[in-house]
Amino acid sequence: MSGAPRGGEPGRPPSLEEDLGRLDAIVRALETEDVDLDRALALFEEGVERLRTARERLAEAGLRLKQLREAADGGIRVDDLER
Amino acid sequence: MTIPLPFEPAPHERPYTVAQVVEAARGALEGAFPALWVEGEISNFKTYPSGHWYFSLKDPSAQLRCVMWRSDARRVPATPEDGLRVFARGQLTISAKRGELQLTVRELLATTEGGFFAIALARAKAALERDGLLDPARKRALPAYPRRIGVITSPEGAVWHDIVAVIARRWPGTELVLIGARVQGEGAAEDLVRALALADRLERLEVLIVGRGGGSKEDLWAFNDERVARAVAASRAPTIAAVGHETDVTLTDLVADVRAPTPSAAAEKAVPDRADVVRRLEATAAGLGAAVARRLDLAGERLRHAATRLGGAVDRRLAATGDRLRRHAARMAVACESRRAGREADLGRLAAALDALSPLKVLDRGYAVARDAGGRVLRRVAEFPAGTAFRLRVSDGEVPARAEEGR
Repeated sequence: MSGAPRGGEPGRPPSLEEDLGRLDAIVRALETEDVDLDRALALFEEGVERLRTARERLAEAGLRLKQLREAADGGIRVDDLER
Repeated sequence: MTIPLPFEPAPHERPYTVAQVVEAARGALEGAFPALWVEGEISNFKTYPSGHWYFSLKDPSAQLRCVMWRSDARRVPATPEDGLRVFARGQLTISAKRGELQLTVRELLATTEGGFFAIALARAKAALERDGLLDPARKRALPAYPRRIGVITSPEGAVWHDIVAVIARRWPGTELVLIGARVQGEGAAEDLVRALALADRLERLEVLIVGRGGGSKEDLWAFNDERVARAVAASRAPTIAAVGHETDVTLTDLVADVRAPTPSAAAEKAVPDRADVVRRLEATAAGLGAAVARRLDLAGERLRHAATRLGGAVDRRLAATGDRLRRHAARMAVACESRRAGREADLGRLAAALDALSPLKVLDRGYAVARDAGGRVLRRVAEFPAGTAFRLRVSDGEVPARAEEGR
């Protein structure tokens, strides 16, 4: 089973969806495929990293509130909004 | 010079002008008739660029010319067609220009069920259907874990705050963007179309909620506007419509990707429950630990098999140490998952250590196994009286050896 440790666009962190999907795939591979110890440990390490980023994302707390308006010059502006 | 008349006017009579006569008749008419409701069938309906409506109301034996000025006509939800039966409310008068009896209509109602609202709605729905916008196959799925959610609603009122409360509880690690618009009354449809256009210009918007609180059919009217429905259908981001009423489904509800009975319900559909996702993640983590532990078990098995294939007794102490380490590593793997990150690296080191303890690797490092003629492993100095012959197993074979004198 191959797969780059970081999916998605370069420079963009992996999405939660990517992390969770990849984790499921890793566990499945370790449970069903006949991989050697080296490969198993590599998958395990990737799994641990995915777990870390997924947990980080899920621990994000503050809800960010914004308001979108049309700017005077015809562009758009996004301003912070108080709760 | 006066025109000779065919009759001799009495001293108190004199000719009136046309304008005077018409004016007098008009005054008399308007004075005699208050504003009244008339029921009839529309015929000869014409509208001009000025926006004014000209038509006749007729019944089997009479007809009445009507005019409806633009300022009043604008408020009628749909343009009438010939043959439509209506109630018209207005002032009876005489049009000086045409010298005709005329009803200046201020209000127009259709007599069919639902009136003009229903007529306009039916026309708009037919148009949307014809263009395939009501096709269930068009509906898009919502993203599983949105990072940016748009909300088109009134900036005043409870809807925005309700949505904020639900998202704050269920999925706080996200961004909620309000796009304000009037949701009822004059100009609401235009506001909504403008807000939808703005939303399309916002980068990385993953889902869009369009909603308002409960209200009467007239209050919801803007969401039945064909232009609003088309703008919702064309939205780049998937849409959730929450137009506040279980029983009054609007066109906006029909074209949206997902429908919700209330704005709060829309917020619940837009995001997952964080607690659920965390639970699922930790279960996966445990699965990961268990799977690796099983792999290590298997590796340990293979080591034992390989070692016995070497022939001769395996250094049981080495094997026992290997077993202990393996069990320890497995326990660590499982334990790792219920604690925070950082310990996982230990597993890697343990696995490497395990590998290094493999009997073959030990021999590679220069250790040797001494065995007597019977194959028994010799470990202690006392087992090597001077002159004892033994065989020394090194990394790539066996060497005959003899213990020397003197220690």
